[in-house]
Amino acid sequence: MSLSPVEGAARAEMEPAADPVKPDEQGIVGRSPGQLAWARLRRDRTAMVSGVVLVLFVVLALAAPLIAKLYGVGPNEQFQQLLDGNGMPLGYVGGITGDHWFGLEPRLGRDIFIRMIYGMRTSLFIAFAAALVTTAIGVAAGILAGFLGGIVDTVISWITDVALALPFLIFALAVVPTVGLRFYGPREEVPPAFQVIVLIGIFAAFGWTSTARLVRGQVISLREREFVEAARASGAGLGHMLFRQLLPNLWAPILVAFSLAVPSYITGEAALSFLGIGILEPTADFGRMIFQSIPYLQTDPAYVFFPGVTIFILVLAFNLLGDALRDALDPKSSR
Amino acid sequence: MSTETESLLRVRGLTKHFPVREGFRARGAVRAVDGLDFDVRPGETLGLVGESGCGKTTTGRMLVRLLEPTSGTIEFAGRDITHARRGALRPLRQDLQIIFQDPYASLNPRHTVGRIVAMPLQVNGINPPGGIRKRVQELLELVGLNPEHYNRYPHEFSGGQRQRIGIARALALRPKLIVADEPVSALDVSIQAQVINLLRDLQRDLDLAFVFIAHDLAVVRHFCHRVAVMYLGKIVEIGDRDDIYQRPQHPYTRALLSAIPDVTALGPAGRIRLTGDVPTPLNPPSGCRFRTRCWKAQERCATEEPALVPRDGGAQLAACHYPENGPIGVVTSEPVEVSQ
Repeated sequence: MSLSPVEGAARAEMEPAADPVKPDEQGIVGRSPGQLAWARLRRDRTAMVSGVVLVLFVVLALAAPLIAKLYGVGPNEQFQQLLDGNGMPLGYVGGITGDHWFGLEPRLGRDIFIRMIYGMRTSLFIAFAAALVTTAIGVAAGILAGFLGGIVDTVISWITDVALALPFLIFALAVVPTVGLRFYGPREEVPPAFQVIVLIGIFAAFGWTSTARLVRGQVISLREREFVEAARASGAGLGHMLFRQLLPNLWAPILVAFSLAVPSYITGEAALSFLGIGILEPTADFGRMIFQSIPYLQTDPAYVFFPGVTIFILVLAFNLLGDALRDALDPKSSR
Repeated sequence: MSTETESLLRVRGLTKHFPVREGFRARGAVRAVDGLDFDVRPGETLGLVGESGCGKTTTGRMLVRLLEPTSGTIEFAGRDITHARRGALRPLRQDLQIIFQDPYASLNPRHTVGRIVAMPLQVNGINPPGGIRKRVQELLELVGLNPEHYNRYPHEFSGGQRQRIGIARALALRPKLIVADEPVSALDVSIQAQVINLLRDLQRDLDLAFVFIAHDLAVVRHFCHRVAVMYLGKIVEIGDRDDIYQRPQHPYTRALLSAIPDVTALGPAGRIRLTGDVPTPLNPPSGCRFRTRCWKAQERCATEEPALVPRDGGAQLAACHYPENGPIGVVTSEPVEVSQ
């Protein structure tokens, strides 16, 4: 079978495996396909571990100001007195002490731990927002193209193909500074909120295509199914058929696509910041932290280590959870 | 035949052509259904039989307006619904429902049984006395399911039970006519009998009319009052069940009936073997469409299309120039190989 994994998940959702219901659970209330998937997910240890890790990260990111208060150090506080004459942190392993758990940045002397917490907040916010926007656009476009077919399908598919053909990085490099200049002068400071919106916008402009294609394919295979025809024969309108009949059958692939989109936006945002067109100083950001630490790779490896490992764990956990989610929603796919 | 005033469904010249395109150029059309005339009276069951690809299902879908007819008229309870829009159709939807062939595809796997059966009520904004839930449970009971299973999902049911859910959904709006598109052909034989008996009980109790599409002639004989035999988009013979089954006039009907396996007869008693394939509906034969496979075909059959009229004193209508007239099992002339 040459199904993409996500499509496979959707297929299986349409024909849910007739799981033998355990005797003790055989109440009058039946278990929905969603409940069955949740039960499978609960049994998956990888999924549970990565889920816990992600929840931890999200809680840390959400509680960043609170943590800063408890920790006693703000993200933009500088500790020049703890740096030597060359701007390198005093002490061992990048200046790790009881006050500064992950050490200090060379030159500026800011605390790495608290900047990472804040950087995570930026990253996760942009990634989640971008994934939400792209999924919403993709689902709307895909469902319309797939269900209406004809000229609507042709136009939407054509736009999708064009968007897929544009090289993302080059386009981002061209657009992001231009948009900044359009709204703010060359000497003005671009506010962080504006940078965040531009980033989400550029991810949305390019990211919706894959979801749209996925959903379109699913809808095409679903729209000829007889339960949709039954609704039509009963006099149902377009809205009912799209949102009541089709959408519940699309949640599985949409969920999987969403959970795999978030880590790709985390790395994407880090990459853009690394290239200097993402979030600018002084807002904390993962990608730029790694970018700034590169010159210190030999002299202060701890500076590279902590943000690098954290972003690695974050993305890995998201991807593992996405895979586990797909397995849970599609019990027939073999590992 | 029924008089026009008392027929519930009146179909005249019903036609469906599917255009075939090669690139941008139209290249003819598949004439799936090519001019059907029939009537269904209230409380009556009309069986629509024929081999695969003869247009049975297309006809059924046009009747419930899932497909737009190319030409012809469909009158339901005296009103022309051939091209009625959704709003105008709404009151009629309640009287005209469909049961699908595949009970695994016709129920939304993400909805509970209660939601599936309640769908027609909700879509039409109907709030029955006692609430939707009560009505759904009544319907489930009516089709022989446990009303407590309201909250279960389709994957927890067997094929026969699923088909019962589909029937309950079709009954939700208290229709007068149900188009049953091969409702039992996806089921085991033992379950088929149960579902057929259920449909017959419902017909008796609720005074339903059915258009029963099937390819299983034994099932049709068991269930239908009248039978229409289709071949390549046309009705070749239509009449009361006993006339069709005991004194078929059209050679095709005769060949079909001879193909029913008979457990009481020993050996291949009078089986008529048709040679060749069904011609393509893209370019059907001139004159009588069955002539390429008919053992009685004459030159006249190629030039003149036989009308669907009473023949040789039979009560049924047959579209054949040289109808058979003996009881089944006796073929009036020897089968002759006909070159295509």
